[in-house]
Amino acid sequence: MSTIVSLPDQSTAALPKRNYLNAEHGLLSWLLTGDHKRIAMLYLISITGFFFLGGAFAGLVRLELLTPAGDLLAADTYNKMFTMHGIVMIFLFLVPSVPATLGNFLIPIMIGARDLAFPKINLLSWYLYLIGGTFTLTALVLGGVDTGWTFTTPLSTHYLNTHVITTGLAIFVAGFSSIFTGLNFIVTIHRMRAPGMTWFRMPLFVWSNYAASILMVLGTPVLAIAIVLVVLERTIGLGVFDPAKGGDPLLFQHLFWFYSHPAVYIMILPGMGVISEVMANFSRKRVFGYTAVAFSSVAIAVFGFFVWAHHMFIMGVSNYSALVFSLLTMLVAVPSAIKIFNWSATLYKGSITFETPMLYAFGFIGLFTIGGLTGVFLGSLGMDIHLTETYFIVAHFHFVMVGGMLMAFLAGIHFWWPKMTGRMYPESLSKLAAVTTFIGFILTFFPQFILGYLGMPRRYHAYPADYQVLNVLSTAGATVLGVGYLLPILYLAWSLKYGEIAGPNPWQATGLEWQLQSPPLTENFTEIPYVDYEAYDFEWLAHKQKQEVTTVG
Amino acid sequence: MVVTQPGELQEEHEHEHVHLPQHRHHFETEEQQREAASFGMWLFLLTEIMFFGGLFMAYLLYRNWYNPAFVAASHTLSIKLGALNTAILITSGFCMAMAVWAAETRKRKALVNFLGLTNFFGIAFLVVKYFEYAEKWHDSHIPGLKFSIADFGKLGVDMAQKTQVYYSLYFAMTGMHALHMIIGIVLIFWYMVRANRGEFTEGYVAPIENFGLYWHFVDIVWIFLFPLLYLIDLGAK
Amino acid sequence: MSDLHHDPANITNPEHHDHHIVGPSTYLVIYGTLLVLTAITVAAAFVEMGALNPIVAVLIAVIKATVVILWFMHMKYQSKLLKLTIGAGVFTFLVLIAMTLSDYMSRAWGLW
Repeated sequence: MSTIVSLPDQSTAALPKRNYLNAEHGLLSWLLTGDHKRIAMLYLISITGFFFLGGAFAGLVRLELLTPAGDLLAADTYNKMFTMHGIVMIFLFLVPSVPATLGNFLIPIMIGARDLAFPKINLLSWYLYLIGGTFTLTALVLGGVDTGWTFTTPLSTHYLNTHVITTGLAIFVAGFSSIFTGLNFIVTIHRMRAPGMTWFRMPLFVWSNYAASILMVLGTPVLAIAIVLVVLERTIGLGVFDPAKGGDPLLFQHLFWFYSHPAVYIMILPGMGVISEVMANFSRKRVFGYTAVAFSSVAIAVFGFFVWAHHMFIMGVSNYSALVFSLLTMLVAVPSAIKIFNWSATLYKGSITFETPMLYAFGFIGLFTIGGLTGVFLGSLGMDIHLTETYFIVAHFHFVMVGGMLMAFLAGIHFWWPKMTGRMYPESLSKLAAVTTFIGFILTFFPQFILGYLGMPRRYHAYPADYQVLNVLSTAGATVLGVGYLLPILYLAWSLKYGEIAGPNPWQATGLEWQLQSPPLTENFTEIPYVDYEAYDFEWLAHKQKQEVTTVG
Repeated sequence: MVVTQPGELQEEHEHEHVHLPQHRHHFETEEQQREAASFGMWLFLLTEIMFFGGLFMAYLLYRNWYNPAFVAASHTLSIKLGALNTAILITSGFCMAMAVWAAETRKRKALVNFLGLTNFFGIAFLVVKYFEYAEKWHDSHIPGLKFSIADFGKLGVDMAQKTQVYYSLYFAMTGMHALHMIIGIVLIFWYMVRANRGEFTEGYVAPIENFGLYWHFVDIVWIFLFPLLYLIDLGAK
Repeated sequence: MSDLHHDPANITNPEHHDHHIVGPSTYLVIYGTLLVLTAITVAAAFVEMGALNPIVAVLIAVIKATVVILWFMHMKYQSKLLKLTIGAGVFTFLVLIAMTLSDYMSRAWGLW
């Protein structure tokens, strides 16, 4: 099989003497760093930790559902397991996953800047993330929380004696971490672009992170105030959502979903940016319809604020407004489809090669398309009445978030790993991991669509015996999926010491980041570059490489 | 990509600008740094708009649902104290604006004094607020902690209960506002110390300018809270 | 080659804007205006206008806020980008209000 990977001669190659990893030494040089690349690495380590914690909860949930009887976990323990799974995965993994790691590392380099606009605030947002994580762990150790990740009132305010306040504070603090990340990105992208780096020369990864940042800045504070009001209601008994005092519990849901629907776009948009980069590079073509893909990110961000009540169709909102929200929901399908079609068109007549990032990206396209289209089912008012609160929802959400976002995250990690660490991972193992993940994923979540359609409700620890076959398939798949996620940890850790030297541009990619040494210098650029070529201009790259050969020769 | 010749960019800028110690290495120019900081502050205020936005949304809904309860409950607030506090806060905002002007025109003493005045009026606001809260405690108007509907008998029990929504919003909104004031006041003390050292009167005014934006934003929140919480249907009183 | 780096047309950062210092006399006028508007809003609350009362109150508050933003916060002299930023915040807030109320108002058709 042909490949575009070109590594330097391993007998003579070495990592650059001076780079951001060895610029300073000692733990403190990491904990007090202002370097966006180091903060990205701190984030990468912490979100990986929380990912496996959340994964452990998911494992227990799947194990319980292996048998119809609720025999492994008591009902309330089970409630805590899926709640902690949701909270950890959404607020501590998915929301910061791509932006805080890859985005942090790459956005300044991609636009030709030396750092983000506010390095200290960047570090602060990592600490806020850690504080949020610590609060979550505290709640867990003290006995957990079982509201579901949605904190639905009056359940969360009146009927539970678990650790809602601690978890609420955790999410409040983690929310500010996300706000500061978004704020930093927006300012950086507006103010720090290198000369010649116009808006339409930026890589699409930057565009999609920009769109996600807008959502972070505008949406998250509404969640923050909703959570504050829940906490105040639990602690001193304010009555904004309390029906006994005249409050409306549905108002909480409006405020909550005003953030939490855009939040799924906060999670998926940066992933879509990764896919754009990977698709272009492994097809050796400029992304088809660059401008359309760029604007579709912004369109998704804007439409995201108009559709939230589709999470509330059966909760007592008015039929008329449900109709409006249902129609508006269909709008989101348009920019999402623009992206999928344009990526497919990018492949057309491209010189496609199948390196690991590309395999993950293909996984993304297939799984996200299924996830997105089932979203259209759920957005349709009539279908939603039947399917909501069943496993169909669970399957849809996981197809978008795990099949979509996690695949994109892994595609990105595999694509930029050589840039971040300077070393390559073992290619055959990583391909195996990509395929294992895909198979495990389909096996885990496809049966859940059928289960949901048959009417199996979500959030119960026991179910009728008729559903067992599909549930066994799902649990078996989860095991395969688990292997698929453990493998990268092992070989990526291995590659840190024993991986081949990657050289500056192992993928023959065009982005500014690939024109630097790997790993980059602390200051990224010794001289701020002047950008006079479009994104994904492979002819420019070929021309440049030819010149370099002539000069060296 | 044209690779810049070493030193070229730097030389150009060194001719134009004298580098201040506050200039951070990753910004090409001080102008860029200053504009980035101000843009960042405005984005932060954007999040504040949405933070208070959720509360205003709740207010709008319940005011429409329970107007009689809102009218009756709002009449238990003191308009005199509310108006006094509005004036105090506007004065404080004016002093803040003057402080920014003093920093821009490099008057160190004036800057410290205006910051002090800003803080004085800010604290005065909180003192008045304290007396208002104490009165609410005394009258049993604090939902959850100490509440009785005794004062609202003529509304009927059902609507009288709804005054709790008004007071919940009153405390949530003014409480969040007061919390922002407290954060601001602490920051001003710190800025006064630094201003006294002359840090902001040598051309580096961004921190004062951006803090000013925050302080004025807190004013604006109160500008909306005052009529919405205190001035409901006074003609009928 | 070197004039490329100057980016004379400022294509890369078109939002760039010159700094403008507002003086004490302007601030005094604004200060007075705000106090007068406060007095007006208190007075207006005592006039019975029915449904117009809250509208007038909010309208005056919007005027006061605009005055503060334009002069105390120097928005009058700022770049388009910052004006757009404020606009985005107000727009999103209005989306929150309008879309939420679309539920509440149509829940009890005619009772609002």
